[in-house]
Amino acid sequence: MFKRNLLLFLAYSIASILAFFFLLPLWWMVSTSLKTSDQIFVFPPSWYPNPVKFSNYREALNKINFYKHFSNTLYVTVMTLVGVFFSAPLAAYSFSRLRWKGRDFWFFVILSTMMLPPQVTMIPLYMIFSKIGWIDSFKPLYIRFYFGPPYFIFLLRQYFMTIPSSFDDAAYIDGCSPYRIYWSIMLPLVKPALITVAIFVFLNTWNDFINPLLYLHSPNLYTLAIALNTFKGQYEVDWSYLMAISTLMTIPVLAIFFLLQRYFIRGIVLSGIKG
Amino acid sequence: MSSFKKVQTTAGIICALPSILGFFIFVLGPAVASAYFSFTRYTVIEPPEFIGFENYKALISEDLFKISFYNTIYLTSLGVLSTIFTSLALALLLNQKLRGISIYRTVFFVPSITPLVANAVIWTLFLNGKYGLINYVLSWFGINGPAWLADPRWAKPALIIMGIWGVGQSIVIYLAGLQGIPLELYEAAEVDGAGIIARFRYITWPLLSPTTFFILITSTIAHFQMFVQPYVMTQGGPADATMTYVYLLYNKAFGWFKMGEACAMAWMLFILVITLTMLQFYFSKKWVHYELF
Repeated sequence: MFKRNLLLFLAYSIASILAFFFLLPLWWMVSTSLKTSDQIFVFPPSWYPNPVKFSNYREALNKINFYKHFSNTLYVTVMTLVGVFFSAPLAAYSFSRLRWKGRDFWFFVILSTMMLPPQVTMIPLYMIFSKIGWIDSFKPLYIRFYFGPPYFIFLLRQYFMTIPSSFDDAAYIDGCSPYRIYWSIMLPLVKPALITVAIFVFLNTWNDFINPLLYLHSPNLYTLAIALNTFKGQYEVDWSYLMAISTLMTIPVLAIFFLLQRYFIRGIVLSGIKG
Repeated sequence: MSSFKKVQTTAGIICALPSILGFFIFVLGPAVASAYFSFTRYTVIEPPEFIGFENYKALISEDLFKISFYNTIYLTSLGVLSTIFTSLALALLLNQKLRGISIYRTVFFVPSITPLVANAVIWTLFLNGKYGLINYVLSWFGINGPAWLADPRWAKPALIIMGIWGVGQSIVIYLAGLQGIPLELYEAAEVDGAGIIARFRYITWPLLSPTTFFILITSTIAHFQMFVQPYVMTQGGPADATMTYVYLLYNKAFGWFKMGEACAMAWMLFILVITLTMLQFYFSKKWVHYELF
């Protein structure tokens, strides 16, 4: 009993110390965002802002057009989401529940493209988008998602496979068409999976750096990630402003995480275990 | 063909059509084009000119290419090892029926989903040699910390330390793996007098091997593509110490307009990733156990 308690105590102590170090960078972001500039470059560093300078946020928002970049990012996210929701469940449904010749072949082909590093197709895609005049627009960032993104097809197919086949059989006997079954029976059943997919889409778009870097050139089209990096690159930029923008960019991610934690964990576990 | 079969076939093809088109438009077409470009001199201004294997030969003898390759191997090998070690250790810790496990899990998980650019900004200040918190914490132990990102010897280790901070997703995957191990095995081992180390060595590690294998492969591929951290934090410096493979590829294509060489680099990356993955699959037969799952 004593030994068990000692072990527990040790486990708690180690976990707490590590948790402290994992939280530190985030704490540093928030606390720096509230410091006056002469508190940032001091040694030893000050752990918390004193005085607390909330006006950093207002000043930072004035320095960069935050709302513009925020709505740009949101726009790309929504357009991507529409594309994924249109094409991915449809393909997953076809690859798991409809019987047709060549089905497994095409699923294998699409799945295997996940092995191809995006850098391989990056340059020709850039040329194509440049030929049709899509550079400096949002279209190259989301168009691909209207044509069946492999990862999401794979994830959704895993869910479709868990639905008993008696569901479709009963509907066919009642004279339902495959499209009707998809829309009225299958889609409602995979709703939890769609939420997981939506979370991943949101995270990916919010995090995406290289694609907006390639395709968005006018500052008023920048997404948050690019705007933050450009702001960082400016001469003599104030770190408290950078941290304020970083904090504002991180908040939506944290909010979604805390609201939908269940789906997060499940999505990661599912992609991991069956991967 | 029965009408039911016909209906199924038509519907199946219609539903899969966008994805099949996507394969041709966004994968196969561009991949073939990039394979062709990799054998050409292509500067965008002038049409591509076929030069055989010249790009590949030039790359292999180029110093910057060798440096970026070495940097990437360095970052990948140490990064993957530290990812597996840290996430397994933390998952084992969190699996000890601690009260408040969900709070700990959240704390360890959150840094893996916060935006990478924001993380890079935070860590640039965090790793500052003079005013950074890391060196302050080190000074408690009497250690005079290096200049990290400004020091060619310490810039890569700095990126690896930052990577450890983002292992949250691997922790969650490991935790799920741990929860799939039947408790009876541990109980039986305890009855037989097996200590903590023996139980880890003969039960936990072998039964977790499919999970470790998955993390090994995904983490290797992710590390090979590292781009945002060096781009935002160091611009590949100091003295090319953080010039990664994909960063060099990006520079070749969009900085110096050497599209042919960039495509050759992309294909070499593909061959490397495929070879590594197949090697890992091959060796996995020796240490990955699937029987109980």
